[in-house]
Amino acid sequence: MLIDKGLETIGRYFLLLGKVFSKPEKTSIYYRQTMRELVFLGVNSIGITAIISFFMGAAITLQTAYNTENPIYPSYLIGLGCRDSIILEFSSTIVALILAGKVGSNIASEIGTMRVTEQIDALEIMGVNSASYLILPKMIATLLFNPFLTLLSIIIGIFGGWFVGTQVVGVITSEQFIYGIQYAFIPYYITYSLIKTVVFAFLITSISAYQGYFVKGGSLEVGQASTKAVVYSSVYILMFNVILTQMLLT
Amino acid sequence: MITVKNLYKSFNGREVLSDISVTFEPGITNLIIGQSGSGKTVLLKSIVGLHEIDRGEIWFGNVLFNKLGFKEKKEIRKQMGMLFQGSALFDSMTVEQNVRFPLDMFTNMTMKEKIKRVNFCLDRVNIHNANHLYPSELSGGMRKRVAIARAIALNPKYLMCDEPNSGLDPITANLIDALIKELTEEYSMTTIINTHDMNSVMEIGEKIIFISEGIKYWEGSKHDILNSKCEKLNDFVFANSLAKQLINK
Repeated sequence: MLIDKGLETIGRYFLLLGKVFSKPEKTSIYYRQTMRELVFLGVNSIGITAIISFFMGAAITLQTAYNTENPIYPSYLIGLGCRDSIILEFSSTIVALILAGKVGSNIASEIGTMRVTEQIDALEIMGVNSASYLILPKMIATLLFNPFLTLLSIIIGIFGGWFVGTQVVGVITSEQFIYGIQYAFIPYYITYSLIKTVVFAFLITSISAYQGYFVKGGSLEVGQASTKAVVYSSVYILMFNVILTQMLLT
Repeated sequence: MITVKNLYKSFNGREVLSDISVTFEPGITNLIIGQSGSGKTVLLKSIVGLHEIDRGEIWFGNVLFNKLGFKEKKEIRKQMGMLFQGSALFDSMTVEQNVRFPLDMFTNMTMKEKIKRVNFCLDRVNIHNANHLYPSELSGGMRKRVAIARAIALNPKYLMCDEPNSGLDPITANLIDALIKELTEEYSMTTIINTHDMNSVMEIGEKIIFISEGIKYWEGSKHDILNSKCEKLNDFVFANSLAKQLINK
């Protein structure tokens, strides 16, 4: 029974993706929708990404400093640790988890509300491919914009580490921190982080859209779909984090 | 013309429509009446293809609609307009954008032409100076009228209305009924209206089918309905106390 339901869900998910990636009715309308979603899902997420990145960068620096008090460790390791933690894990995975909460719930509730108020039926009756019209622009917007958010997060996270570590608490000097963030830098880490970001953006958008698109009932069910979107997106992000790390770093 | 032949539909093994056969004529208002839960909305949604039917045939003119593929169905759907129970206007769009949406999607008209058409449709449903309002700023009756304007924007051959009067006061309900009838005659559309409002039935019921528990029990016009021998129909028609008092008198 559980296996049947699981297989049905997977089947419906891929059928929905098939509809999403079918040829758009009118490219100009989709372009306009994508621009709208870029602002709505992307630009509007800059604030929360920047704030969280700043404080996480600061916290990582302080934690690394308190764990490397032994004089055997050179101080610049604090900068190096901050840089690598932010690039490898924080800016891609943690930011994706936060965006799953913000963007994922937003997508599921928007599409879910459209479903229960028959707006999706109205699109279908007009002859519009509702799945493609509603989901494809969101997907393109997040796939294009989330890598930018990741890069922004890396910059602000490292800045937050530097600012709090050197200017506020003073656990390290500015020169040592800057030496640390330049030491043994592997550019491929950025590529790895961006690849993860793109995969996570796809997971957040597609899973949340699926939850919203197939909602049945009323406002209570829309709320539940929104919660499921966040939970499932988060679980799949963490699962794919392991898979991608194994594939790309070993 | 829309013809339904021996239509069956079930959900999770429970049959909700059983052997429905009916023809809906163009240029007149075709009403599907019945109690809540009788299967009216399922029938309407099955006709337009929002529900897959178990068996039977649905013909739009001489095209067997239910056997068409996704793309072919889309082409037929471009000739349909539908008015939903809750209006189903797009919340994020203004009145003008809502009515313009099908034109944006399926025509190559210039913006000037589209605005002209939008204003014509809004004018036709007596909506004035509301182009830049959002659906949340409109009354229930205005929303229904904007939804009708959107439904007729592409000059559809078929107009489907699911409970067009639900939630409206009797006077506004009469205005909506009159408007649908007028548009049906003017554009010779095949119009199907789902309703349980007896006032609508007596106002615009040119062709009526009565369904109960998913079965079609009666077919006729508003002139026949008061003299029907169908017991189930009479229970429905004379359900309210005002009707009972009139009959007793």
